[in-house]
Amino acid sequence: MIAALIFVISLTALLQFFVSYCRSILFAARASELSQPARELTGISAGRVSGEEFRRFMQLVRLCPAHGDDGQAMAAVRVYYSILGIFRSIAGWMSARFSGWLTSERGNCAYFAAVALDRRIALSRELMAQQMLSH
Amino acid sequence: MVVCVCRAGSARRYLSIVFYLAAEFFGTAGRFFVFWRFGYTSREYFYFYYYSDALIVICLYFVLIGLYSRVFEEMRVSRYLRVAAVLLLAGTAWIAYEVVADSRDRLLTHFVVELSQNLYFVGVVLTYLLWGAVVKLAEMRTRIVQLVLSLGIYFSAFAATYAMRNVYPSFALWRYTPPLLAMALPAAWGYTFLKVPEEARLATAQVVAPTHR
Repeated sequence: MIAALIFVISLTALLQFFVSYCRSILFAARASELSQPARELTGISAGRVSGEEFRRFMQLVRLCPAHGDDGQAMAAVRVYYSILGIFRSIAGWMSARFSGWLTSERGNCAYFAAVALDRRIALSRELMAQQMLSH
Repeated sequence: MVVCVCRAGSARRYLSIVFYLAAEFFGTAGRFFVFWRFGYTSREYFYFYYYSDALIVICLYFVLIGLYSRVFEEMRVSRYLRVAAVLLLAGTAWIAYEVVADSRDRLLTHFVVELSQNLYFVGVVLTYLLWGAVVKLAEMRTRIVQLVLSLGIYFSAFAATYAMRNVYPSFALWRYTPPLLAMALPAAWGYTFLKVPEEARLATAQVVAPTHR
């Protein structure tokens, strides 16, 4: 009984910490401006982006050489995006306000993926420039 | 990860984190050695795993106290926090002892397992209180926010795993969860130290999940 209670309390705390952690990553990414090439590639204008683009951006991110230090944050945001998707399909129709919040959160996830893509493009260019210099 | 913290120029500011990461590294290396030498099902590995785990959780506990000191640094209450932390640690150890006092034959083994479980749960409660203070005081340092939240995820995931292991002890998933969780915390901290500059600020109210509002 006590173990079950501890489990429920811990799981509730875990969910709250996880959501807040992912939101802190997303808001930190929101503060970053996208470069022009990244805007052209992703089609993002004036910071507005649809949550549906997240998967496409993540596929593009996977095509670029890995940074090695953002994998954990990307994994967390991927899980968060999936949780939002589940909530949208089971509870999104209940309230228009909640549905709007879910849509905006998914948009933030997509923007985070675009920022990650931008960083990886910049890294790829840097690597290419270094290679050109060494030859 | 120790190198990440040092590279970010934050080793002195986050000394307890450096200490914890070093302890985790040596603990993991020791576990690997004992695992390789004696095997997974050996008594030696069992003892080593739980004793090192208890010590590592105590180190993590000091990281938490360090974060408390950082959040409350303007109030100059770090001395009181340290005293409260030692009292709480002693209280947790006493409760763990009371729980296992009847099993005289394997008292120390039961004690160390019980202590680890209790410390994880106390960690969840303390991190939750700290997160409440961060929100209430409108703490805006992104690094502090992310360090506290990742610590909260770690403590609550471990506490939930331990609780479920008590209910379903033979379920194989509980064997693999702790090592995966143990990797997640240094990875999250590594991301914070490498990607989030010390001067980065964040409106905490934005971060709080809608359930807090």
